[in-house]
Amino acid sequence: MISVNNLHKSFHRNEVLCGITDRVEKGEKVVVIGPSGSGKSTFLRCLNLLERPTSGEILFEGQNITDRRCDINKIRQKMGMVFQHFNLFPHLTVKENITLAPVQLHLKSKEEADADAMRLLERIGLADKADAYPPQLSGGQKQRIAIIRSLAMNPDVMLFDEPTSALDPEMVGEVLELMKELAEEGMTMVVVTHEMGFAREVGTRILFMDGGQILEQAPPDIFFANPRHPRLQDFLSKVL
Amino acid sequence: MRPLLAIIIKGKEVMFESLLDHLYSALITDSRYVLILRGLRNTLIITFFALLLGLAIGLILAIIKVTVHSRRNPLLWLANLYTTIIRGTPVVVQLIIINTSIMAQSNNKILIAVIAFGINSGAYVSEIIRGGIQSVDRGQTEAGRSLGLTGAMTMRLIVLPQAVKTVLPSLGNEFITLLKETSVAGYVAISDLTKAGDTIVSRTFDPTAMYLVALVYLVLVVGLTALLSLMERRLARNDLR
Repeated sequence: MISVNNLHKSFHRNEVLCGITDRVEKGEKVVVIGPSGSGKSTFLRCLNLLERPTSGEILFEGQNITDRRCDINKIRQKMGMVFQHFNLFPHLTVKENITLAPVQLHLKSKEEADADAMRLLERIGLADKADAYPPQLSGGQKQRIAIIRSLAMNPDVMLFDEPTSALDPEMVGEVLELMKELAEEGMTMVVVTHEMGFAREVGTRILFMDGGQILEQAPPDIFFANPRHPRLQDFLSKVL
Repeated sequence: MRPLLAIIIKGKEVMFESLLDHLYSALITDSRYVLILRGLRNTLIITFFALLLGLAIGLILAIIKVTVHSRRNPLLWLANLYTTIIRGTPVVVQLIIINTSIMAQSNNKILIAVIAFGINSGAYVSEIIRGGIQSVDRGQTEAGRSLGLTGAMTMRLIVLPQAVKTVLPSLGNEFITLLKETSVAGYVAISDLTKAGDTIVSRTFDPTAMYLVALVYLVLVVGLTALLSLMERRLARNDLR
């Protein structure tokens, strides 16, 4: 579904990604872990071109999205993204947050979009918040709404950029629970996180990044039981 | 005791009567109040349309300044040149130049004033709006773009509505400044409020009319300020929703 070929990204003279190559298959749940500054968020943000790679190429469903002629807006409709700081639109109601993009991009009529939004809100038990504004919600509620805002676009893949890092500890569970449900429904996911429990339970493949490179990758049971790279062994000994 | 009181009362009457005389000659003689009203109308028309023009120019310049990242882009270069020239020269000079050369053919003095003050205001408004746009968190743009919205849609539907809220107080100040700045329109023989007062003063050799003009400006500005703080409170209340 996504294939990344020798991806490099530099900010000024600082090289953040030094040659990443990977393939994400349909239905995979790839979890990316690594210390701060390892380039994992930058890697994720390159996948939907929020950061433009310095070199290398990214193919999404066969299309080279790093090609300047590629219509990235069309591609992004198929790639949902969830941010650490939710980034709900504070001037719009919860329902308007969810329906804005599908209606503006003429993917759904206003009525369809409203109905879909209500269905998604009911699913996460927040239908009563449809007309509330984001500042009235808790962090966990905001993040779950941000997730269904992406889902309303019917994406083929969902990218999560540390979705629980800005949450109070007691809110982390509800967000991870929703992500787990998505995973079980077969959504293709790429998740940057520090939640090792989630990685172990939900991930089909774990990537360990440090210094802008993927140092190790394996299915979760092998990854956690038999880390080979000394840097990963060191990292796991600190976080587990 | 009694005579003294009478003198004081008499004195007050004299003062009062003389004030009435002043007002009478400033306003009523030769229907001079018509001059003031016509001047007020022109001042309001010039301010209102210059404000609209300034907002339009300011918005376009601000969007150019915020969205163009390449320093060599000619649009950005022009936008910055515009701001530098307009903010770096006095509005009276700009008005005279527009009146005597750029729009020398036009007989519509009001239009000349609207364009001159609108162009001037646009430079200031552009900086105000630019600041407002930049105060909106970058994550908002990223969220909009990641949903597949185009840059223009994200700006229009997500960034600008939030920016407007933060710049409203500064825009209000700019509006008030603009209203008072139009008082130099008399330089190119436009009969605005100030010019009307000046005309009456030169006929009556009495400054009373100018005091009245000052009072009219003051009432307008105080009224606008009250209106703006009302709007600000409305918006602040929305934040608490």
